Amino acid sequence: MNNSLAVVVLASGVVYGTPLLFGALGELLAERSGVLNLGVEGMMLVGAVMGFWTVQRLHAGTGLSLAAAVGVAAVAGAAMAAIHAFLVVTLRASQIVSGLALTIFAGAAGLSSYLGNDLNLADNPAAHQFNPVFPASMQNWPIVGPIVFGQNVLVYASWLCVVLVALYLTRTRLGLNVRAVGESPAAADAMGINVARYRYAHTLVGGAFAGVAGATFTLAITPQWVSGITGGAGWIAIALVIFAFWRPELCLVGAYFFGALQALAPELQARNIQLGPTILWSNALPYVMTIVVLVFVSASGARRRLGAPAALGVPYVREER
Amino acid sequence: MLATPTVGGPAFHPRGRFQIERRLRQPRWLTVAVPAGSLVFAFFASGIVLLATGHDPLSGYRQLVDAAFVNTGAIGQTLVSATPLAFTGLAAAAAFRMRLFNIGGEGQLYMGAITAAAAGLYFGGSGGPSAFAITAMVVGGCAGGAAWALIPGLLRAFFKTNEIITSLMLNYVAGYVLTYLVFNTESYWRQTTGFNASVFPTSKQLPPSADWPAAVIHVQGGIALPLGAGLALLAAAVLWVLYRRTRFGFEVQVLGDSPRAAQYAGMRTRRKILAVMGISGALAGLGGASQVGDFSHSLDADPNGLQKQYYGYAGIVVAALGRYNPFAVVLVAFLIGGLQNAGNTLQGADFPSGLVGVIQGLILFSALGGELLVRYRVRFARRPEVVAVEPA
Repeated sequence: MNNSLAVVVLASGVVYGTPLLFGALGELLAERSGVLNLGVEGMMLVGAVMGFWTVQRLHAGTGLSLAAAVGVAAVAGAAMAAIHAFLVVTLRASQIVSGLALTIFAGAAGLSSYLGNDLNLADNPAAHQFNPVFPASMQNWPIVGPIVFGQNVLVYASWLCVVLVALYLTRTRLGLNVRAVGESPAAADAMGINVARYRYAHTLVGGAFAGVAGATFTLAITPQWVSGITGGAGWIAIALVIFAFWRPELCLVGAYFFGALQALAPELQARNIQLGPTILWSNALPYVMTIVVLVFVSASGARRRLGAPAALGVPYVREER
Repeated sequence: MLATPTVGGPAFHPRGRFQIERRLRQPRWLTVAVPAGSLVFAFFASGIVLLATGHDPLSGYRQLVDAAFVNTGAIGQTLVSATPLAFTGLAAAAAFRMRLFNIGGEGQLYMGAITAAAAGLYFGGSGGPSAFAITAMVVGGCAGGAAWALIPGLLRAFFKTNEIITSLMLNYVAGYVLTYLVFNTESYWRQTTGFNASVFPTSKQLPPSADWPAAVIHVQGGIALPLGAGLALLAAAVLWVLYRRTRFGFEVQVLGDSPRAAQYAGMRTRRKILAVMGISGALAGLGGASQVGDFSHSLDADPNGLQKQYYGYAGIVVAALGRYNPFAVVLVAFLIGGLQNAGNTLQGADFPSGLVGVIQGLILFSALGGELLVRYRVRFARRPEVVAVEPA
């Protein structure tokens, strides 16, 4: 039963969905403060390469190495986000173009690839990787075993992050302030909230999440470094925030849906299941479905009623209303 | 801790500070000085990346300039990279001018290459004149790119779907289609007979009458000026006339600068979105046609070939640095083409691949930061009251 296609795809859907979830949570925090960051793909890749570099070069035990790697990945992601924050918050540049610049700078043809080549990271498997937490007996339980108990610690950490982000945004003073900054920066400013500081902080935290998302690829999903290993996951994460109406708990659902779509292609190929041009449609499926879901969300007009921060993408300048 | 709030309103600062205020008029010299300054700054910042990773930036840059423009045959090779960049740059410029962020130039270029290769294979082998086959490829490439761009265009026009994400997602889809056609199926584009084809999936060679001609300039051991480069210049001229001298172009610019004002004035938003996405996609598709006709002479479906050049994404850098002016875009394409060519030629320990993207990203960052200097003036003021009033 645990080997049936549905269970395997759902279980690896959780695996593939985890970086989407981390990336989407980070982007959600930045967007809730009014900063659209299209550089998620680039930040993820730099996090992926730096996290991988850490486990390869740090000669320490598995636990310490992996913890350090996640930390380094988060810092690397945040450092990338800092460039974006400086340009859009301080210099008031176009958020769209700056985010694209970040993806070009850091992405598959940029810094991540440069670092991967310069640090000679390709062609070696990771020295340490994240493994399932629970004992094999629990992983063999029907259905819930592989899906719920067969996961690594990053998956459970992502669940915790969903709860924390949701509580932060709805139940804390800081979280309410962030939402004020994203909805009406002028009103927030009048309340004495430092708009620029909030936007910087949340863009940086968003970058840190993206960095961890990248490390999930190189330390858990496919423990190795390949240039462009994320394959557009950063962009799907950005789309996820829209599908989730800027709500963390819905990001979780969306992430696993798209994770399962990504898991389908390798699984169909492994089982040699042929349905027409399988290799073509199964690889393209996550990207096509992103478009389809996006069309449904935008056509229904739900986006305007639910969620989109009113000041998203708009630079805040005190004297220019 | 994080932001030093130097950019707040001038009237609220107790002490003298650097202040940023909107310019009422944008001096013309700045529109040239800022892109030039951006290039210099980007190379300076890339030098820091090189230094930090233990490379010598000066020798690296000398090699780069030599490989891009100085060595024998360098300029010819630079034109090979610059030609597709001119098309993708024009494609991005055409759309971005309306704030329509078509970042699907990459996929539209693949689609143009696919349709142009089909046209070349079909009409080139029919025994007709070469000009007929080449025209068919140009039309085919434009049509393929435009059709692919119209998908996000239609979705944006009728469902208000964000074109950034949809056009980007289609790049991945186009990449899979391109690879699939030659590597996973016996399509029209794939060579199915002969020894090589039985060993490894190969693309069909275009018949000679479908090869695009090139004008040879006798310097540097002969520089081949590909037909595509000429077409890019022609496309730039057409685009310039369209955007600067026609009602259509005027309306596109108004829609870009102030969608509300445009709607009140009764401009047709949907039609413009479709038209602009179509034009943008056609330009990128023409770049794909030129790839096939000028350079590869077959459909380059290898995931490590055309798809690793990232011409579509680099086109965004080209367009931004050219400040969306078509002629400036072609000029910038030549410079960035030199960079890309040097990256391909020098790839190795001294010049790790990825450096080109780093420099391109930094160029885009600095061009973007430089925009600030065009739109705003930065000055140091001791007493805020003085600067609150802008001289008219």
